[in-house]
Amino acid sequence: MTAHFKDRLATLAFWLAAGVVVAVLAFLLGYIMLHGLKVIDWKFLTSEPETIRAGGGIGPNIFNSFYLLFLSLIIVAPLGVLAGIYLSEYARENALTRSIRLSIETLASLPSIVVGLFGLLLFVTTLGLGYSLLAGALALTIINLPLMVRITEEALRAVPHDLREASLSLGATKWQTICRVVLPSALPGLLTGIILASGRILGEAAALIFTAGLTTPRLDFSQWDITSPTCPWNPLRPGETLAVHIWKVNSEALIPDVRRVADGSSAVLVIIVLLFNFLARWLARRASLRLTGQ
Amino acid sequence: MQKFTERRLWAIGRLRSGLRREIWGYSLTVPAAALTILATIAIIAFLTWKGLSLFLVHKVPLSNVFSTAWHPERPAAEGGPQVGILNFFYGSVVVSVLATLLSTPFGVAVAVFISEIAPKVGQRVLQPVIELLAGIPSVVYGWIGLSVLVPFIRNHLGGTGFSLLAGVLVLSVMILPTITSVATDSLRSLSHILRETAYALGATRWQMIRLVLLPAARTGILTGVVLALARAFGEALAVQMVIGNIPNTPTSLLIPIITLTSGITMYMGNTVQGSLWNDALWFMGLILLVTSFFFIILVRYVGKWGVAK
Repeated sequence: MTAHFKDRLATLAFWLAAGVVVAVLAFLLGYIMLHGLKVIDWKFLTSEPETIRAGGGIGPNIFNSFYLLFLSLIIVAPLGVLAGIYLSEYARENALTRSIRLSIETLASLPSIVVGLFGLLLFVTTLGLGYSLLAGALALTIINLPLMVRITEEALRAVPHDLREASLSLGATKWQTICRVVLPSALPGLLTGIILASGRILGEAAALIFTAGLTTPRLDFSQWDITSPTCPWNPLRPGETLAVHIWKVNSEALIPDVRRVADGSSAVLVIIVLLFNFLARWLARRASLRLTGQ
Repeated sequence: MQKFTERRLWAIGRLRSGLRREIWGYSLTVPAAALTILATIAIIAFLTWKGLSLFLVHKVPLSNVFSTAWHPERPAAEGGPQVGILNFFYGSVVVSVLATLLSTPFGVAVAVFISEIAPKVGQRVLQPVIELLAGIPSVVYGWIGLSVLVPFIRNHLGGTGFSLLAGVLVLSVMILPTITSVATDSLRSLSHILRETAYALGATRWQMIRLVLLPAARTGILTGVVLALARAFGEALAVQMVIGNIPNTPTSLLIPIITLTSGITMYMGNTVQGSLWNDALWFMGLILLVTSFFFIILVRYVGKWGVAK
């Protein structure tokens, strides 16, 4: 066997490996869509899930997923951006900065079920929030804070130094420079980060089983008293998200049409998450075009 | 030079405003950053305290916990309760190591494909494919494993289908993006001089990849493999849905087993807070936490190993 022949063989093997991976994805997406689209209709998307009978929908679950996304974003986005500003603009090489970086690395590598357990212990039990959307949002904050900080830091570091110097030389303070020059230039990068985090939040389930809970009260959309347990906007009510629902119908539910509900829910979830990913990619590409001035 | 000018301008800016406005910058950003430290310490403190209650409250001897006998509610007449967690631990180790072993060749091959074999196809097709694979939520992997893999294994290989093998296959697809993206980055960061020197010496592309690039990128590739292993070890729902959740010792690919994460997922909500069974689950949570520290240290060690040589 000559070296040349071996080279051809290796090239073939690399193409094969790449082909297998593409085929796996094509199978996964094809399978989810083929089975899911048969199930999805307006009634499925809007009606309530059933507990023992067939024919349940996923309306409240979709609502819970997005409301929980909103709740966790209003906590994690400001925190992550501020911490990212500190690391990129203020931090000196000292013990505090090193501890912050080590903490972020630690948080980023925690399995989400461990964060769920912590949420159960601190937010649900010790702080007495019970199984609630707020407890879920706080757990999701811990999971996504490292991502948000890292993306902010990168986006801020990508802003050219000339801009900062120009602003400072005009007499602006550092904080004014950050707020009015650096942050606006880094906005597309920040948005990309927030959308990527959103995709992860929508797909997360392990941490929510122990925090946001496995049930949803019967929601009444005409109820605007936010303290009422049937008010959809009450952050202290439990809320089962779409991702958690897929898990629950397969492990604990008693409905006879598990197959139908899981197929439909998976397809809806994958479509939503992929839309978020595409949006993030599109924004990232626009941002890089803007920064390179093309 | 640039750095120097900038620092002077910062200083001038600070003088002009007399630090007054800078207080805003510090008082908003420092607490946000410090919160990450607080969260980390709180997680460690709470989970350690709760995780050790198996020993502190129930006074369970170590020999009981570090065994393979799992009878959390056995009455005293039959020998008393046993909360041996070893089968859970073995299950986690075996399923994640096997998944990593299966996924690594594919992950590295795809990385080489993207950076060396066909960069255009790689960038236009494979990179989006890898990102999509990473974007699919883990419950969806679990559901496909449950509705496709489990029946397939049951019909063609025997058993119930809920098995170590199903867990390995599902996990290996889930962790592939981690290996590939880290390995691609590290291959791309290699100097072009390496490639050109190898070609100039008469190497074929395969020889260049095998003898020059892969050894040069080994730190990055190993880091990716460790990160993937860590992800597989901590994954809960997808594994729990396909693995069977029966505390067997993982001696065959086709038997149902249990892992630390799947045990916690199964029983945490269905056992009474403060009971022996429940506290055994918290101890498993503590093991997961300690393992993730172990993986952080391993990643750092791997990184240093590459720099030293």
